[in-house]
Amino acid sequence: MTRLEMTGALVGRTVERVEDAGLLTGRGRYIDDLPVRRDTAHMAILRSPHGHAGIRAIDTTAARALPGVFAVMTGEDVARLTRSMTVGVKANVECWPIARDRVRYVGEPVALVVAENRYVAEDALDLIDVDYETFNAVVDPEKALAADAPVLHPSLGSNLINERTFRYGNPEAALAEAAHRISIRIAYPRNSCTPIETYGVIAEYEPGEDAYDVTANFQGPFSIHAVISRALNVPGNRMRLRTPPDSGGSFGIKQGVFPYVILAAVAARVSGRPVKWIEDRLEHLTASVSATNRVTTLEAAVAADGRITALSWDQLEDCGAHLRAPEPATLYRMHGNMTGAYAIENVAIRNRVVLTNKTPTGLNRGFGGPQIYFALERLIHKIADELGLDRLDVIRRNLVPANAFPYRTATGGLLDSGDYQTALDRACAEGGLEALRQRRDAARAEGRLYGIGYAAVVEPSVSNMGYITTLLTPEERAKAGPKNGAQAVATVAIDPLGSVNVKVASVPQGQGHRTVLAQVVAERLGLAMEAVRVNTELDTARDAWSIASGNYASRFAPAVAGAAALAADRIRSKLATIAAGQLNITADRIDFRAGKLVDRDNPDNAVSFGRVAAASHWAPSTLPEGTGQTIRETVFWTPDQLQAPTAADGINSSLCHGFIFDFCGVEIDRATGQISIDRYVTMHDCGRILHPGMVDGQVRGGFAQAVGAALYEEYAYGGDGSFLTGTLADYLIPTVMETPEPLILHHETPSPFTPLGAKGVGEGNCMSTPVCIANAVADALGVEDIRLPLSPSRVSEWLYGEERPRTAPQNAAPVATGASGERMLTGSGSAEVTATRQSVWAMLLDPNTLKAIIPGAHEVRKVSDTHFRAEVTLGIGPVKGRYRADIRLSDMVEPEAVTLSGGTEGALGSGCGTGRVTLTETATGTRIDYRYEAAIGGKVASVGGRLLDGAARVVIGQFFQALARHAGGGGPPSAAAGLIQRLVALFRRRR
Amino acid sequence: MPRLNAARKHTIDFTLNGKAVSAEAENRMLLSDLLRHEIGLTGTHVGCEHGVCGACTVQIDGKPARACLTLAQQVRGSDVRTVEALAPDPAVLSPLQAAFRRHHGLQCGFCTPGILMSLDALLREQPDAGREDIREHLSGHLCRCTGYATIVEAALAAAEEQRKEETPNA
Ligand code: FES
Ligand code: FES
Repeated sequence: MTRLEMTGALVGRTVERVEDAGLLTGRGRYIDDLPVRRDTAHMAILRSPHGHAGIRAIDTTAARALPGVFAVMTGEDVARLTRSMTVGVKANVECWPIARDRVRYVGEPVALVVAENRYVAEDALDLIDVDYETFNAVVDPEKALAADAPVLHPSLGSNLINERTFRYGNPEAALAEAAHRISIRIAYPRNSCTPIETYGVIAEYEPGEDAYDVTANFQGPFSIHAVISRALNVPGNRMRLRTPPDSGGSFGIKQGVFPYVILAAVAARVSGRPVKWIEDRLEHLTASVSATNRVTTLEAAVAADGRITALSWDQLEDCGAHLRAPEPATLYRMHGNMTGAYAIENVAIRNRVVLTNKTPTGLNRGFGGPQIYFALERLIHKIADELGLDRLDVIRRNLVPANAFPYRTATGGLLDSGDYQTALDRACAEGGLEALRQRRDAARAEGRLYGIGYAAVVEPSVSNMGYITTLLTPEERAKAGPKNGAQAVATVAIDPLGSVNVKVASVPQGQGHRTVLAQVVAERLGLAMEAVRVNTELDTARDAWSIASGNYASRFAPAVAGAAALAADRIRSKLATIAAGQLNITADRIDFRAGKLVDRDNPDNAVSFGRVAAASHWAPSTLPEGTGQTIRETVFWTPDQLQAPTAADGINSSLCHGFIFDFCGVEIDRATGQISIDRYVTMHDCGRILHPGMVDGQVRGGFAQAVGAALYEEYAYGGDGSFLTGTLADYLIPTVMETPEPLILHHETPSPFTPLGAKGVGEGNCMSTPVCIANAVADALGVEDIRLPLSPSRVSEWLYGEERPRTAPQNAAPVATGASGERMLTGSGSAEVTATRQSVWAMLLDPNTLKAIIPGAHEVRKVSDTHFRAEVTLGIGPVKGRYRADIRLSDMVEPEAVTLSGGTEGALGSGCGTGRVTLTETATGTRIDYRYEAAIGGKVASVGGRLLDGAARVVIGQFFQALARHAGGGGPPSAAAGLIQRLVALFRRRR
Repeated sequence: MPRLNAARKHTIDFTLNGKAVSAEAENRMLLSDLLRHEIGLTGTHVGCEHGVCGACTVQIDGKPARACLTLAQQVRGSDVRTVEALAPDPAVLSPLQAAFRRHHGLQCGFCTPGILMSLDALLREQPDAGREDIREHLSGHLCRCTGYATIVEAALAAAEEQRKEETPNA
C-alpha cells in the first residue's frame, strides 16, 4: 500500500466538530427523538425473574383484555414466525431472542406486549401469569464444567460448547528446556462499558411484500444483518435496517441490540402497526450484553535473564446463557497477538467456551483485550519478581525489536509498524518515572502504601472478518470456504451546484466521524471543510455497505477515513483531467487550492472547483474521453494483509497494531482500603493522528471506563443467578470525582498498511489500564492474586485478612448472601396481645383475618387447611409490584406453634421463606414470638439489595403489628431486630 | 395541589422556556416523558430514569432538577427551562455551549444537555465558581465518553469568560 500524500492543511488539526452545534442545543436526533408514524405502538418486555427455570405455562388472558393492548406474544408465538438465530460454532443448540420452554438468565425475555403507550404496555406485563419451575443455576464458569452441574441446554449434553487447542512453534520443548516455568491464574470479571443511551428499535412490517423496515441504534458489524434476516426468514433485501443520525454512545454494546430488532419486527408484524421499543436502564444493565468473564491460566517458559521463550494459555470463556453472534469472537479477536508486545516464538493455546446462567455476552470496548493483557502483564510482573529482575527490564528484554517490523507473530499476526523501545523510553522520561519512583520511596519511608505498575500492550484495530473461523479446525474451514478481509466503503458525490457530499457506512456513536471525513475529503479537494457535508447514517436498502460496515474494532481512522480519501482521490484525478482541458495544460500541473483548480506554474490560470465539478451533471458530453462521470465515486477497500487463517491456524486477526505503554502510581489508604490513582501516564502509538483532540478524547474516555473496570464496575450475580447490580447506584460508573486526568503522550509510527497511515486508538486503555492499576496495587501490597474490581472491601481483605464472623453471632444480624447465593434475611420479634392463645391461633388460620393483616393483600384464598394463596401489592421504595404468594402451614402444634413457609412470585421478583410462630400464654393474654428466614431474588434483588433488608423487615413487622392489633394488642410490639433500634444502638456505642 | 384522579388526564399549566404552555397528562406521567413525548422537546435526555445519570436534568424555577424523578403534575405554575432555551438564537451558541464545542466537552452528546443545565445554573448562582465547585456539580452527572476533563475545562473557560463580560472595565 502506498500511503497517500498529505498537505497538512486540515488533517492532523484539532478543528471544532461539525456535530457539536446540534448536540449542544438539544437538536440531536437519537432514536427516541425520531418522528414515527401516527399509529406507532409501544412494546414492553416481560423478563425472567429466575436465573434458571422451566416455563410450565403462560397465561396472557388478563393482559390481552386490558384496554389499549394490541398484542401479547410469548416465545412460542415468536418462534412460529422466525428461526433460531445462527450460532457461531458447530453445536446442537438453538439460540432464540426470547425464551421458549426454559429461561436461562435473569432478564431473559419471556413475553412481549404491544400497547398504545409504554405505560399501558407495562401495566399489561403485570397481568401476565407465568408458571415457572425453578432449576438450580450455575454462574461460575469452572463450576459449570463439573459433572453434576445443571446443564443449560440439554441438547448439548454439557455446558461446554466449544473447545480447541492450538500450537505454534514448539511450546512443549521450550517449556521443558526453560530455566524457569512461571504461571499465573486469573479470573477476569464481567463488566460493561454501558453507554448512557440505552437500546432503541422502531420496526415496521409490510405484509404485501413480506418485508421488514427497522431503525435501530445498532452499531454494526453488519455481518449481523445476515443473522437478523435469517432469523426473520426473509432474504436480506426484505430486511431493511437503518440507523438514526445520532447515537448516545455504544462502546461495542449496541451490537447487542439485534435480538430486539428481531423481537420488535415480529411484534410489528403481529400487531399490524409500527412498533417502538426503548430499553430502560434496568433492562439494559440486566439483560443487554456484557463483556465475557474469563478464567485464564497462563504459563511462561523463561530464561534466566527474563527472556520468555514460550507461552501456554488455558482460557475458559464464559459467554453467558446463549452463544450469540458474533461470539465466541471475544476469545478469538486477539488470536494473532496473543504474545502482546513481545517477541515470543512458541505458543500453546487451549480455548474453551462455556455457558452459564448469565446474560449472553457480546462486543465491549477492548473486546478480548482486557482479559488477555490482565493475564499477560500480571505474569510479566510476576516473572520479574520471581527472578529478582527489574520489572521494566523484563518488559524491555521481550519487546519486539524496532527493526523487526512488519513482524509476524507466532500465532500469525502481522504487527504493521512500531518502535516500542523508543516509545517506552520516551514515556519513562517524559512521564517522569524517576520522580514517581522517588515519590513511592518517600511514601513508603513514611509507612504509606504506595505502588507503581506498568503495562505494555499491542492494540489491534480493523478486524479481519475471517478471524472467527480460527475456531474451526483446518478441515472444517476448508469445507466452509475461506473468510477474510474487511471491506470499508466510502462514497464521495458532487451535486449540480458543485458541492461535495460524503457518505460512509461507519455508524458513529460520538466519535466525530463527520468532522474527520470533512477534513480528509476537503483537504484532498482543496476545499474549505464547510464545503463538504458528511452523512454517516446507514440504510441497508440504499447505501453501499458490506458485512464489515459499522463502528467497531477501531476501524474508522485506519479503514473508513482511508476509503474516503481514496474516493476523493478518484474524483480528484478525474476533475484534474477535465480542468486540464479547460486550462490548456496537462493534468499533472493541476493543483486543488482554496476552491479552485489552479495551474501550478501560473496561478492566474485557474477555474473554480464548482464549475469543473458540476460539469458532469450539466454537460456530460463536454467531458474529455475516458473521464466517465464525476458525480459519484464509491470505493470499497479491503487490505491484502487480512488473509483467511492458514492451514497451521495462523491468523492475522487485525490489520493494525498500535502500541501502548502505561505506568501509574497508586496509593492505598490503610484504614479504608480505598485506592487513589496518584499519577497515570499513557503513551500511545496509533500511527498517524488525524485529529489530535479526538484522539485524546478517545484515550481519556477509554481510560475512564478502564478505571471503572479496575476499581468499581462488576456485573454481580448471586449463586442462584439473580442479578445484583441493576441500577446505576449498584453498578458504579466513575463520576468526575473518581476519574483522574492521565498524562497522554504520543509516538507516531504510521501504519504502512492503511491509506492515511492511521491506526485505531479508541480501545487501548481498556486493555492496558486495568492491569496497570492492578500491577501497582500488587506492588503496593505484595499480593499476587489481584482481582478486579479493586473495591475497598476486597483490598481490606488483603490488608487485614478475610472478615471473620463475630464469635457470638447476634441474633438478628442480616446475612448478605446465603449459601445458595440468594439474598438472605433473618430476623425475629415479638408482640403482646390481649386475645387468648386459641383465638390468635384461629386468626392465623382464617383467610379473612389474614387478608386484613397481610400488608397489601387484596385476596386470600384457602386452598386447603394448610395451604393459602394470597394476592398482594407491595412497594419497596419507589418500586411497587403485585405478587402472588403461596403460604403453607406445617409443624402445627395447636395452639402453640406453627411454621409458615411460602414463596411469592411477581413482576418484580420472587421470594421464599419460612417463619416459626410461637404463642405463649401470659397473665394478660398471649405473647406472639416469631423468627423468620427469607430469601429474595429477581428484579427487586437487582435494583435495591440495600433497600431490601429494611423493607422486608418492615413488611414482616407490619404483619405482626396488624395481627397484634387484630388480637387486641396493647402497646406497640417490640421488633427485636428493628433496623432503627440497631442503628441507634450502634451510634450510642460509638459515642 | 388539586386532588388528582388516576383514571383521567389533568391539565398542567406552566412556563416552559419563557412561554406559557398548557399540557394534558395522566398523573403518573414523568416530566421527562411530558417534555419529550407530549410537547416534543427531545433535547432533554433519559439515561436511567432513576435519578443517577443526570442526563434528564432541567431547571425548575432556576434550580437544576431531575426530570425523570419529577411527575409532570409537579411543575404546575413553575418555570421550567430545558437545553433548548440556552442558546440566545438558533444559530448562535451560548458562551457555555461554545466553550463545550471549543474544548471538545462532548462526544456522543447524550449526557450533554443535562450537564449544560446544571452548569448553567451553577454559573448563574455562583459566578466565581472554580474548578472544585465545577467538579462537585458535575459529580451528579455520568458521562461515559469523555473522561470529564474536557467538560471541566469547558466549564472553567465559560466561567472565566462570563466574569470578564460582567466586569468589562476591571
Ligand atoms: S434519566 Fe434522570 S437521572 Fe438518569
Ligand atoms: S458525551 Fe457521551 S455520555 Fe457524555
